[in-house]
Amino acid sequence: MTKPGDSSGPARADVAPAAAPAPATAPAAADTFPKLLLDNAAQLARRPALREKQFGIWQAWTWAQMKDEIFAFAAGLRGIDFAARDKLAVIGGNRPRMYWGMTAAQCLRGIPVPVYQDSVAAEMAFILSHAEARFVLAEDQEQVDKVLEVAAQLPHVEGIIVDDMRGLRGYDKAMPAGKSLHDFAEVQQRGREALAHDPRLLEASIADASGGDVAIFLYTSGTTGRPKGVVLTHDNIIITSRNAGVRDGLTADEETLSYLPLAWVGDNIFSCGQAYTSGFCINCPESEHTVAQDLREIGPTYYFAPPRIFENLLTTVMIRMEDAGRIKRALFHYFLEVARRSGARILNREPVAAWERFKYQLGDALIYAPLKNTMGFSRIRLAYTAGEAIGPEIFDFYRALGINIKQLYGQTEAAVFITMQPDREVTADSVGVPAPDVEVKVADDGEVMYRGPGVFQGYHKNEDETRKTKTADGWVKTGDAGIFDARGHLKIIDRARDVGRLQGGGMFAPKYLENKLKFFPHIKEAVTFGDARDYVAAFINIDLDAVGNWAERNDIAFASYQELAAHAQVYGMIARHIEQVNRDLAADERLRNSQIKRFLILHKELDPDDGELTRTRKVRRATIVDKYAKLIDALYSDATHCHIRTEVTFEDGRSGAIEADLEIRDLQTFPAPADASASTVNAVNGGVS
Amino acid sequence: MTAGDILLSVKNISLSFGGVQALSDISGDIRSGEIRAIIGPNGAGKSSMLNVINGFYHPQQGEVWFCGEKRGALKPFEIARQGIARTFQNIALFKGMSTLDNIMTGRITRMRANLFQQALWKGKAEREEIEHRERVEHIIDFLEIQSIRKTPVGKLPYGLQKRVELGRALAADAKLLLLDEPMAGMNLEEKEDMCRFIIDVNAQFGATIALIEHDMGVVMDLADRVMVLDYGRKIADDVPEVVRNDQTVIDAYLGVVHETADDSNAAVES
Repeated sequence: MTKPGDSSGPARADVAPAAAPAPATAPAAADTFPKLLLDNAAQLARRPALREKQFGIWQAWTWAQMKDEIFAFAAGLRGIDFAARDKLAVIGGNRPRMYWGMTAAQCLRGIPVPVYQDSVAAEMAFILSHAEARFVLAEDQEQVDKVLEVAAQLPHVEGIIVDDMRGLRGYDKAMPAGKSLHDFAEVQQRGREALAHDPRLLEASIADASGGDVAIFLYTSGTTGRPKGVVLTHDNIIITSRNAGVRDGLTADEETLSYLPLAWVGDNIFSCGQAYTSGFCINCPESEHTVAQDLREIGPTYYFAPPRIFENLLTTVMIRMEDAGRIKRALFHYFLEVARRSGARILNREPVAAWERFKYQLGDALIYAPLKNTMGFSRIRLAYTAGEAIGPEIFDFYRALGINIKQLYGQTEAAVFITMQPDREVTADSVGVPAPDVEVKVADDGEVMYRGPGVFQGYHKNEDETRKTKTADGWVKTGDAGIFDARGHLKIIDRARDVGRLQGGGMFAPKYLENKLKFFPHIKEAVTFGDARDYVAAFINIDLDAVGNWAERNDIAFASYQELAAHAQVYGMIARHIEQVNRDLAADERLRNSQIKRFLILHKELDPDDGELTRTRKVRRATIVDKYAKLIDALYSDATHCHIRTEVTFEDGRSGAIEADLEIRDLQTFPAPADASASTVNAVNGGVS
Repeated sequence: MTAGDILLSVKNISLSFGGVQALSDISGDIRSGEIRAIIGPNGAGKSSMLNVINGFYHPQQGEVWFCGEKRGALKPFEIARQGIARTFQNIALFKGMSTLDNIMTGRITRMRANLFQQALWKGKAEREEIEHRERVEHIIDFLEIQSIRKTPVGKLPYGLQKRVELGRALAADAKLLLLDEPMAGMNLEEKEDMCRFIIDVNAQFGATIALIEHDMGVVMDLADRVMVLDYGRKIADDVPEVVRNDQTVIDAYLGVVHETADDSNAAVES
């Protein structure tokens, strides 16, 4: 049954972890996930570990029950010859069995490799063969079909275990040679029988494992080139999760919703790492389409979402409020103003006048509490956002409502936490101070680097990339350019490779500027230029909905996007927005020279169909520089107008051309404010804890 | 009854409305566990055939045998209770009711509690409701419509309404499921989803399915056996491969010989 080198050799009864369950006073000494599971099953035996909504009802598993489920599956896996160091690819959504499968593999000292469930067969083939997965845990027929589609490229795969067997009748007889199909329930059942026969079946392999063992491979999606397999140990994940949990005061009472992709490091840390180290309960939504509803029902206390989700939620709220009755709308706007004034300050425990405090309380009873309930945020104690820049308006809106939303900066290579915002030091434009035990520094070229307990072991089978990313003494290059502000908070500016320099000296960070511009609802897209130029100039795309609405309210008639974009009053409004950005930039010593001197509003929307944006709506800089060279030249001349003719592709596939005579406007720039004595700090921040 | 036995058979059915001969002398059967398709051009008599099968129309001539018994004239509720459920070409859901309630109505013929028990919601009524709700929740899970459980069906897009209607028919635990153009008006993706559901219903619930469909391609992939009607007559009845290559069927679909109704009748008869 077992292969040579399997850890299930002589059973070491003396260190059997089953004997470990001491009263709750035992220190958190467990250094692997299976050991943590045993601890939790003993100490938190009757507390919920996981819930899943099924058939309309939330079904719960306690830690003790979850341990039984995981152990049964682990024993079953062992029965189908899964051995130490074998890889188990896990492909599926946020289902209990997917999570259990990962820990079960670790119980046998195997390595789980979660794969994005929406990846196409070819991407899946790369990861499965690169990781040399011997077994695959697939959620359903859709995933099995994808694996079978590329079966010829997967000589390592021997067994596919399926959670939901629906639609798979007859598949077992049609499997390619050397591969077999198993029903999860059957594997688990055989495991239960094996455990009944020998209850100590898994003890040795659990006891033999230690924190330094590889816990998981997480493949990073990789915007360029092939995905890279980040190798993390139990120590990496457990220590990082525990540290962050201690700093934020997480307890076994937290409730979270597990709705982000399993293969993403964020879900692994929040739904596995922190759930195991803090012992709290994770909740799996009924389906991907019911997340909003399930969020309301669960009312998480600890929540994580990328900025996009917070943005969409806010937009939905605002649109629905527009349709509300006059009185409700008036109340909403009045109390939102109250919240904007004092909400965030109350959250930060700053002194607030009693009368303001009273109005806020009233607003809470009438508006904020019902609103938070609708969004599913009634019980939120702590929410994180990360991944990209969040608009200050959006960020402040949630904080004003009393939702403690904070930012963190993380990477797969760091087991997430690099920096995090401490309570009461939360701002929209920084990502906080270094996480416990993590050192962060800004290299001479502006690149952010870090070192700490979460630092990955390397990229699986990719020595070159590992060497490029991780130095010999353990520092990891993030690829992001950043600066420390006066309070020692890190600000991420841009991807390091996009950062250029202005002719007159000074850093040029296009994405940072563009994000700042895009935070205005009227600006949909912005492209800035400045590398090796004398000053910064910008193309602006207005947001047709937002500006159209604004035009209606200001009695501006327009017939088309092009007409609206060229309107003098629209130019005036956009100019005021950009000058606001300039004023902000003037306060920052390093970015003072990046103030935008000239701009134009494009006569058409940048469009993926014309190759100007990617399908995920990221600006294709090279294409734009090429296509609009004439406009860029005009921005760097004295011209006040520029004629342009552009080929466009209409939605029905026809193509045509539009011509326009675009106005170019000069903008006001600002000197450094008088009190700008506070210069930016550029120093190594030691482990603050 | 085991798979392959004859579940329902019609013998020499003729149906006319006044001077219009909707069906002429049609015989055929549906075997337990199969997916049986009835196809034909517009006005071929497909829906009439379905209405004869579920007892809504009473043919002037011929017999219908169901589960080995000859069927007499039945009232609609008796038909529902005998184990035939159906969906409709033009969706017949309760638009103001939620998805869940609509599917629950599919269980109505299975409820045994009396009015008094229902009103008090005690004893049998309560037990039954839980039992039926569980069954309905399994169907909701099966059809992947959890997110619209509480949404009034009138608000749903067409493709989803069709799926809810299939759910209601499934809830009746019928021996025979009649689907009247389940894919009419759907886009390609919705059609593929619906095909998948029909195959899964057949495989997982072991349901016998008779469906009418316009789209020949879909039918050929789905059905075990296909009956082709044209102008109220049966022009072919076989496995899809044979039907697909049948010259009469090709002509009927392409309209090669149909210049006028009289001509076509003559052509078929010759």
